[in-house]
Amino acid sequence: MKRRTMLAFAGLLVLALALGACSTTGGEEVEVTRIVEVTVEVPTEGETTTETVIEQVQAPGYGEVLANVQDRGRLICAGRTDLLGFGYLGDDGRNLGIDIDLCRAVAAAVLGDPEAVEIVPITAAERGPTIQSGEVDLLTRNVTWTTSRDAQWGNFTVVTFYDGQGFMVPSDLGVTELEQLDGATVCVTSGTTTELNLATAFRQLGMDLETVVFEDTASVYNAYEEGRCDATTSDKSQLLAVREGFADPSAHDILAVTISKEPLTPVVPHGDDQWLDLVKTVLWGLINAEWLGVTQANVGDMVSSDNLNVLKMLGVEGEFGQAELGLSPTFMQDVLAAVGNYGEVYDRYLGPDGIAFTLPRGPNAHWTDGGLIYAPPMK
Amino acid sequence: MTLKKGSRRLFGFSGDVPLWRDERALRAVAQLISAVLLIGAVVWLVANFIQAAEQRGLPLSYDFLSQESGFPLGESVIEYNPSRPFLYAFLVGLLNTLKVSILGIIFATILGTLIGLARMSSNWLLSRLSLAYIEFFRNTPLLVLLFIWYFAVFNRFPRVRDSLALPGPIYLNLRGLFVPWPKYTTEGLLFLVAILLGIVTATAAWIWLRRVRERTGRQTFFWPVSIFLLLFFPALAWISQGGQTITWDIPILEGFNFQGGTTLTPEFTALLVGLVTYTAAFIAEVVRSGIQAVDRGQTEAARAIGLSSTQVLSLVVIPQAMRVMIPPMISQFLNLTKNSSLALAIGYPDVFAVGRVMINQAGRAVPVFSMVMLTYLAISLFVSFILNLYNKRIQYET
Repeated sequence: MKRRTMLAFAGLLVLALALGACSTTGGEEVEVTRIVEVTVEVPTEGETTTETVIEQVQAPGYGEVLANVQDRGRLICAGRTDLLGFGYLGDDGRNLGIDIDLCRAVAAAVLGDPEAVEIVPITAAERGPTIQSGEVDLLTRNVTWTTSRDAQWGNFTVVTFYDGQGFMVPSDLGVTELEQLDGATVCVTSGTTTELNLATAFRQLGMDLETVVFEDTASVYNAYEEGRCDATTSDKSQLLAVREGFADPSAHDILAVTISKEPLTPVVPHGDDQWLDLVKTVLWGLINAEWLGVTQANVGDMVSSDNLNVLKMLGVEGEFGQAELGLSPTFMQDVLAAVGNYGEVYDRYLGPDGIAFTLPRGPNAHWTDGGLIYAPPMK
Repeated sequence: MTLKKGSRRLFGFSGDVPLWRDERALRAVAQLISAVLLIGAVVWLVANFIQAAEQRGLPLSYDFLSQESGFPLGESVIEYNPSRPFLYAFLVGLLNTLKVSILGIIFATILGTLIGLARMSSNWLLSRLSLAYIEFFRNTPLLVLLFIWYFAVFNRFPRVRDSLALPGPIYLNLRGLFVPWPKYTTEGLLFLVAILLGIVTATAAWIWLRRVRERTGRQTFFWPVSIFLLLFFPALAWISQGGQTITWDIPILEGFNFQGGTTLTPEFTALLVGLVTYTAAFIAEVVRSGIQAVDRGQTEAARAIGLSSTQVLSLVVIPQAMRVMIPPMISQFLNLTKNSSLALAIGYPDVFAVGRVMINQAGRAVPVFSMVMLTYLAISLFVSFILNLYNKRIQYET
């Protein structure tokens, strides 16, 4: 009797799975969310006028995220609370960091309020699933842009920080070159590009590697500081940030070698082109504002500037696509008043008087200063 | 309801009660409706899930499993390197889970039984200490225990260069316990075979001679004979090779770390110790309840016929207590196996930790989660199947 009920239950389950699988194979419905009617007058011979109507149909999902954010009145960003300078908590418990300011910039553009954000702290390994499932509107948590992540995770927007992977070792180990680390034990965070680069670099050099892998970043550095590992590896900016928090920062060296390119980039979910374009435009706005010399302090006065590019960016004159993106013409004024331009965001945390630590801008200098930070024109 | 005997045999329905008032017909209809509702609900859930997964670009595809994994893993029972495919990395995780679960179950059972017996001891101090142990470990969350064991105990051991050298030489530091290990040379293998042969023959002789004694009542000296056999074969192998039986791979500090021998990593040890100390507290209570379930009269009767207190325990109380203990014991074993997934927090690459890495590096959350779930389900069903066989064997024949 028992066996029979088990069999019947198993049968039901198989049947259910089969039916479930079948019922999704039907044709996919395409929902038209936006129809743009363009009327074109065609000059014709004689008195008769014919009108040609071109319908531009937007893909499903277009505009969905913006509508959701505006309905909700809040922008949800996946971030972190454990990395000085990029995503951390201030003394009063307020979310701080470059990544957090980027989130606030988008909130200011979309909702006019940089405080209308909800920061969801996630681990490195959770980044992919979080943005794939569309749980959050924006992922700003030190994400390295790679081709496979671009294909699998979501849409990568604008590189906001050029980084590279380095190694940190205790000074008393006497190691100065990567080649000296043959057979070393290395602490690393799971689910990162760092983890893959580490394995590749050691294989390339034909060296033995032992790893201790944690999902929680704090555990990685905790174990390293205790001496569980000979070295730890991550993006150099992160190593610098973490070293600041050690009991004795001067007892640890960051090796000169850089083994990878780590373009850190905010990510939006797949499937909403408008939202992708919107976030890109906001981030480019921060970069262009630095080029044009518009700052948090002078944005109010700049509306009466005689620089036509400034007037266009601030929405005083002309437009550069705000309407198509669902943004107000003057959104850049809100953004700059809220967080300042790219250089100000950088300097706030990592500049000479930065509240986190000091890191020379290097590749993150504006392109006119020989760096890589460059944005398309706002026209 | 009275039924005619004749009509009862026909299709099981009574002829003289209308169908809509026949209790069995109504029951059948109710069963049918609930079955349809259940299937409908499951179909809807599965369909909804698959549709949502596809919409969000999380297709149910397992093709990626043959691609190169690219990530390193902390430790492995089998040879592993990042050029192996994802499926192989998953297997490494599975073996790591099995390793810690099997050892955990063995040690937790031993420790739990000892504490359970101590809990009922007439020695006041022993009994109170066991009670304190049980209450402490049973009421602390396992994750907290693991963090304490790993970060506050194993990570506080001396650094590599200040290792504690124990006789052997065995080295202990915060990278783990480094133990000499026999090298698998032909002589070494022969010696291992001899040891195995000794164990097998000794066990066989013990069982057979004991049976002979039980049947005939003659003294058969089964203990001395077994011990002799256990030592005989290894001694033979040792003498035949002129004392050069086995070579040891001794750990030596080379470069950054000890090389050679075998290593118990702190991640593995902390997880094992955490699981064992935690589960042992529950097993101790299972053991106590099992023993207390045996009627006092049984003990008194056994004493009355002159059995010693060890005999009372091993011949009368324990066999009966086992019948009560096995079912809750199965759940404790399953809990231990499933709790091993907390390895994630302390860097031990078990199947769940490897799965988490795979989700991120391959970008396939749903397929990997389904694999992890099925793996735990399979392990759990296997464990309970084996123990249920045993359970059936020791239950009263009815």
